[in-house]
Amino acid sequence: MAQKTIRQALHEALVHEMRRDPRVVVIGEDVSGGAGTAGGRDAAGGVLGVTKGLIGEFGEARVIDTPITESAIMGAAAGAALTGLRPVAELMFSDFLGVCFDQIFNQAAKFRYMFGGKARTPLVIRTMIGAGRSAAAQHSQSPYHIFTSVPGLKVVVPSNAYDAKGLLIQAIRDDDPVVFCEHKLMYDLKTEVPDEAYTIPFGEANVVRDGDDVTIVALSRMVHYANEAAETLAAEGIECELIDPRTTSPFDEDSILDSVARTGRLVIVDEATPRCSMATDIAALVADKAFSALKAPIRRVTAPHTPVPFAPGLEKLYIPDPQRIAAAVREVHGYAR
Amino acid sequence: MTAAITAITMPKWGLTMTEGKVVQWLKPPGAAFAAGEELLEIETSKITNVVEAEADGTLLRIVAPEGSTLPIGALLAVVAPADTPAEQIDAFVAGFVVPEPSEESPAAAEAAAPRELEAAGQRLRYLELGSDGLAGDGVPVLLLHGFGADLNGWMFTQPVLAEGRRTIALDLPGHGGSSKDVGAGDVAALTGAVAAALTALGIERAHLVGHSMGGAVAASLAARQPARVATLTLIAAAGLGPEINAAFIDGFVRATRRKDAVEVLQLLVHDPALVSRTMVEDVLRYKRIDGVSAALETIAHAWFPAGRQTLDLVAAVTGLATPVQLIWGRDDRIVPVAHAEALAARLPVHILEQAGHLPHMEKSGAVNRLIRQFIEA
Repeated sequence: MAQKTIRQALHEALVHEMRRDPRVVVIGEDVSGGAGTAGGRDAAGGVLGVTKGLIGEFGEARVIDTPITESAIMGAAAGAALTGLRPVAELMFSDFLGVCFDQIFNQAAKFRYMFGGKARTPLVIRTMIGAGRSAAAQHSQSPYHIFTSVPGLKVVVPSNAYDAKGLLIQAIRDDDPVVFCEHKLMYDLKTEVPDEAYTIPFGEANVVRDGDDVTIVALSRMVHYANEAAETLAAEGIECELIDPRTTSPFDEDSILDSVARTGRLVIVDEATPRCSMATDIAALVADKAFSALKAPIRRVTAPHTPVPFAPGLEKLYIPDPQRIAAAVREVHGYAR
Repeated sequence: MTAAITAITMPKWGLTMTEGKVVQWLKPPGAAFAAGEELLEIETSKITNVVEAEADGTLLRIVAPEGSTLPIGALLAVVAPADTPAEQIDAFVAGFVVPEPSEESPAAAEAAAPRELEAAGQRLRYLELGSDGLAGDGVPVLLLHGFGADLNGWMFTQPVLAEGRRTIALDLPGHGGSSKDVGAGDVAALTGAVAAALTALGIERAHLVGHSMGGAVAASLAARQPARVATLTLIAAAGLGPEINAAFIDGFVRATRRKDAVEVLQLLVHDPALVSRTMVEDVLRYKRIDGVSAALETIAHAWFPAGRQTLDLVAAVTGLATPVQLIWGRDDRIVPVAHAEALAARLPVHILEQAGHLPHMEKSGAVNRLIRQFIEA
């Protein structure tokens, strides 16, 4: 089976669904990629390269370039979804959610409920998250926990190309608004991806590796750092079970609780800031529902409660790394009352 | 007699295996063993299985300790006559070179990868291993998997049969890497696809080995085109009685989540530990592909409506001039072993203890020997 990058996997998902369903449209800033440049449309393939080629096959009625105004993109997409299209809207940087939060938080997320179940909002918001590019405090955040806290939104945080394709197709076929969070450092990560269309159900975690000593729950790019740490720890005789929730809403509680019931020890790795975050949410879940299984305190490995630094050295310290993850695992593994 | 020194190396089980872990040696250093005896247990990311001795010998030196993880082809132990001087063993170990997968020629890598053929308007995936050698009668082996499975199910069988013989493992329509259009999905549709595949591969005559539903397809092909079938090995085959575990069929078709899939897949085997996380993941990855659910539903409805098998191949199988053998696991919870026992007076029947519906995976050594003896007789 062919190895494909996350960029290719996302592109394939869009092509599959746009061919399958004429109601699927793409809307966002520079999604045709290059309009207004010397090369013209499709010269650049979108700022992320994911939408390259779409304008040629599907035309400007289905690949819609917008002005730089997130509130208009999200408002138009939410309204289009309400009237029967299935828009995939790009919010280039998730950091810009503030300017379009009404359209997402108070409109799209509420339509089904406010209209007594008679309205559907099949909207996908693709957005970039993550630090590590020295893009500074306004272009480096991972605010998936903010979306997760909103009833009515579904939230996807893929960590590899296989999951990215299956989850994006699932998101496009879903009748509710889905925020699809792509880590900006992972577009070139490769794994085996089938050529066919396939779907991965929401709310089903991926167990990345088996282990009986310590459970690690990690999200998005942190899955890879956690796996690196687990490799190191395996050589020391500590076997970690690594769980990638894949979606934060809906959330697969059972996979985590079942694992902690066996290991009794939990480390959570989250690139987001630590207050009111997925890390705190998962810690609360386990403290609430698996307290008697715990043999050690729950440890969270997260960013600090600060903006993301611009200086590369500081930014490196800001992002959780395999060494910090391994240290946290060793600590809970060695803990004795 | 340096020629008598041979190596036991890390086997390659399945398309994706790159390394394996030595779980346990089942013979101590220095022990003599006979062909077919269990030597060691190896765990891969997908499955744990035992390595059996191919010939009589003495396990003169164990090179790979328990717990070590090594690439395929790596030296695990040295087999040599008991009186072989230690220096000769040292030299053999020192001179042993692990074949680097990256150093393999692209042609060799290509040859070990599955390919696709066009048959009767369908795209079918197959894996070809081995070529006619001294041991062969020039007749290739065709391996046909069961409902919901694919060619990877023969990971312990095909490499062994491929020593000195051309072998083909085919993905049936709707399965594995084959196209998901199954037509009516009934025995005629699947048998037609297999016959067309043989033609596309230029194979006039083959030894057929079929498991479960694939067994019924093999038997059906033998009944329709007896000249194309040299021998017929039916493993836990469908079509030999009305009973089928409907809960398995329904559960397999419906399962989309890991938990449901684990419960269903454990019905297949005597020892539930055989069902690894990655095996479950592979099944789910297959089932998630567009068109697979519809294909499986169509097949299940055609073959097992109302939870019973409608296809009756008993008269066809017992009336064949082609040699037929049946292999079954005693604890088969999908197709009852009684179907084999009922035919024991008329056909050679081999019932394996401590095996469920997958004897070719659970007791691969015994099944491989039975197949080889049968087709070489």
